[in-house]
Amino acid sequence: MIYFDNVSKIYSDNTAALDNVSLLIKPKEFVSIVGQSGAGKTTLIKMLLGEENPTFGAVFFEETDIHSLKKSHLNDYRRRIGTVFQDFRLLAHKNVYENIAFAMEAAGRNEEEISVDVPHVLELVDLGNKLWNFPHQLSGGEKQRVAIARAIVNQPDVIIADEPTGNLDPVNTYEIIQILKKINDLGTTVILTTHNKGVIDSLGKRVITMEDGKIARDDKTGKYIL
Amino acid sequence: MLWTKIKRIIKTGAKSFARNGSVSVASTLVMTVTLTVIASLIFVGALLQSTLQGIKEKVDINIYLEDSATPDQAKVLQTRIEGLPEVVTVTYTSADEALVAFRERHAGNPLIVDALDEVGGNPLEASLNVRAKDPSQYQSIADFVQVQNVSGENTRNIVKKISYIENKEAIDTLSRIIDSSDRLGIIVALFFIFISILITFNTVRLAIYTSKDEIAVMRLVGASSRYIKGPFVIVGILYGFISSIVALALFYPITYWLGPLTYNLGTGMNIFSYYLDNFIQITLIIIGTGVILGIISSYLAVKKYIKL
Repeated sequence: MIYFDNVSKIYSDNTAALDNVSLLIKPKEFVSIVGQSGAGKTTLIKMLLGEENPTFGAVFFEETDIHSLKKSHLNDYRRRIGTVFQDFRLLAHKNVYENIAFAMEAAGRNEEEISVDVPHVLELVDLGNKLWNFPHQLSGGEKQRVAIARAIVNQPDVIIADEPTGNLDPVNTYEIIQILKKINDLGTTVILTTHNKGVIDSLGKRVITMEDGKIARDDKTGKYIL
Repeated sequence: MLWTKIKRIIKTGAKSFARNGSVSVASTLVMTVTLTVIASLIFVGALLQSTLQGIKEKVDINIYLEDSATPDQAKVLQTRIEGLPEVVTVTYTSADEALVAFRERHAGNPLIVDALDEVGGNPLEASLNVRAKDPSQYQSIADFVQVQNVSGENTRNIVKKISYIENKEAIDTLSRIIDSSDRLGIIVALFFIFISILITFNTVRLAIYTSKDEIAVMRLVGASSRYIKGPFVIVGILYGFISSIVALALFYPITYWLGPLTYNLGTGMNIFSYYLDNFIQITLIIIGTGVILGIISSYLAVKKYIKL
């Protein structure tokens, strides 16, 4: 489904963020990417989102070379991927309902679908009672759940979660991971990057370990080893 | 679908205008200042024009005729001068009429009246008073008059003297002053307009800068750039519209207060009446400028931050 074909990313100061990475992610997989800061995790994610172009190599989503896509097609492509970040990245001036509705509007969905799906997806992440709150009125765990709700509302093929638990306490971390697992069980591919050993060890899913821009290990049911 | 999108963009823009209260108020105020500057320049321009027009109208030349010139000959000359495109009016004053006017003017001055009686007869000449459209045209009119021969077989010209030739220096200087104040007015106006537009651009850019991260998020969610830009442009339109209304409202009391003052200053114009007489044009110019300024500044600002 996702294929990195000998991808390298070299920045202008000659540092290689990614060094000849090849990687295949199958549909419905739950893949964790671990590694120290600067190992290349974020660059890998940015490439998958089309935010950065590779210096060498290509990234394929199904049969499409992501970086050859035109701007308008890139928007369509991005709607097939849900993203969740450590810093939540909610729209501060929109309430919870509008934050999620915005993703649906961007995907060209009509008002009727929006008014049905938004409360439904918020129920899924257990935030049915916070529809009209603004992000600053929510706790970190709640914000992240809104972000997840936004990521899944358009039923994407892939969810990318970049350090989603980095700012959360253990209880919220556990809940967020449970939600991601549930999403994966329902058939969505999940790509997770994290520093949290406990999370990785409890998942028992595929783990890719990155070091200095290279893939150091790729274990089917891995543990957090650095 | 298109209609739904437009509706959403308008709704989102209006909401974001309302929710970003302080930023919206600040931007609207800055824009109000810009529009006030532009409107002031319209008023100052009108005052300047009216003053200059007043001065221009005060400039005229007199063509004094020989005593031998008959009224018929004067009539012929008058008709010929009236035929010039640059001439507005030509008025004939006979020597007798000139004397009556002179006596009237100096009725309160026994010294002059006595002197006139002493001289006896009529020492004044018949004359043609000429007003041109522009003071710079008097030279050519004077040249034209000097070569006219209206006395039939008699080649002697009936023109005794032309006041322009005596006042040439003063009239030329005045023409130059009028010309340069016209030009200076335009340069100063353009300068102020440029500065205020620049300030507005930067204010809107700063306002949108605060939304930089939001724009990045919208991009990530897969929103098209048009869908992202739309609401910001709507906000820009609102800035422009509201500030133009505020600016126009401000000018009502300001011009009302300044109206008699501007008239008494000798501009020949009451600024308040000008405001009321040209209300529709001024409103259209100010609202148009405000809205266009709002659209362009927000469009350019989002465009800058939308690049990912």
